[in-house]
Amino acid sequence: MAAPTPGGRTGTPLTWRVARLVERRPETPTAQTLVLEVPGWPGHVAGQHVDVRLTAPDGYQAARSYSLAGPAEGDRIALTVQRVPDGEVSPYLIDVWAAGDPVEVRGPVGGWFVWRTTEAAPVLLVAGGSGVVPLMAMIRARRAAGSRVPFRLIYSVRTPADVIYADELRRRARDDQGLDVAYVYTRAAPDGWRGEPHRLGLADVNTHGWPPDLEPLCYVCGPTGFVETVADLLVGLGHPARRVKTERFGPTG
Amino acid sequence: MTEMSYLDGNMLDGPLRELFAVDLSSATGRCESCGMVGPMAGLHVFSHAPGLVGRRPACTEVMLRLVRAPDRAWLDLRGSTFLQVPMPPDQPHPRPL
Repeated sequence: MAAPTPGGRTGTPLTWRVARLVERRPETPTAQTLVLEVPGWPGHVAGQHVDVRLTAPDGYQAARSYSLAGPAEGDRIALTVQRVPDGEVSPYLIDVWAAGDPVEVRGPVGGWFVWRTTEAAPVLLVAGGSGVVPLMAMIRARRAAGSRVPFRLIYSVRTPADVIYADELRRRARDDQGLDVAYVYTRAAPDGWRGEPHRLGLADVNTHGWPPDLEPLCYVCGPTGFVETVADLLVGLGHPARRVKTERFGPTG
Repeated sequence: MTEMSYLDGNMLDGPLRELFAVDLSSATGRCESCGMVGPMAGLHVFSHAPGLVGRRPACTEVMLRLVRAPDRAWLDLRGSTFLQVPMPPDQPHPRPL
């Protein structure tokens, strides 16, 4: 995999490439995984993202960033897109885009919110909603590399039906040694789940995260308010701010 | 400005890669206003303006403005006193050129 050097020269200019849809997988009622074929894809690191650009017949363009959902398979990349009501790009990708239709893609971009398989520190992943996508890329990259670094994922969702990658997470929590997955439900919890629906708080981070003295790397991704809350909790618990990496997503899509 | 109206600093990676030979996503910058040093990825980005405006989360001052037109780009960094960019180790030439 031709990964860019950390924060260094990438050598090649960032250009828009034409991508085509090859597969579409529903994940939840509002999220889909889209598999794109991007000829000449250079490879990427877990946590990186791509910019996707649509051009209307009158020349109007709209571009959005989407996290890569897993390691590349040759020229194929996967994005998991959550439908944003009234969004410009996500409804097109989910409802209109047909197999073979072109869109423009550039990337990979990003060298900060990434996890490299050479890292040895324990990892805490905290996801809110579709913020799980780049974190799942890290979980998949860990497995693909045979890494034994201990991973913990805390995943906050509204209801059990909103869990993206539900089956795979269940399987990986069972089969991938050293991966723990904990869920927090904000609106409705499944039968048998201990506790009442609530927003993720200090007790959840304390129970399911790593203590700061283990010097874990923390990755937090989700809606803006969620990310700020969790990052503040982690720093408050004693994690150095530079070890708490965040990625937020706003309302546009 | 409503509280949730900003985007993530990580989204600047693509637009800045159009201008620079290095990946600025892991660069850190110092805010001229509050003096804090933080990652570019940590900026709050407002995209409603005709362009991208990056503000420091703590003091909300503007550190970066980027406006892209079809045939040019304007980059205004007056709110930043420096950018520190991780680079691969410099390799000195083994002998005089």
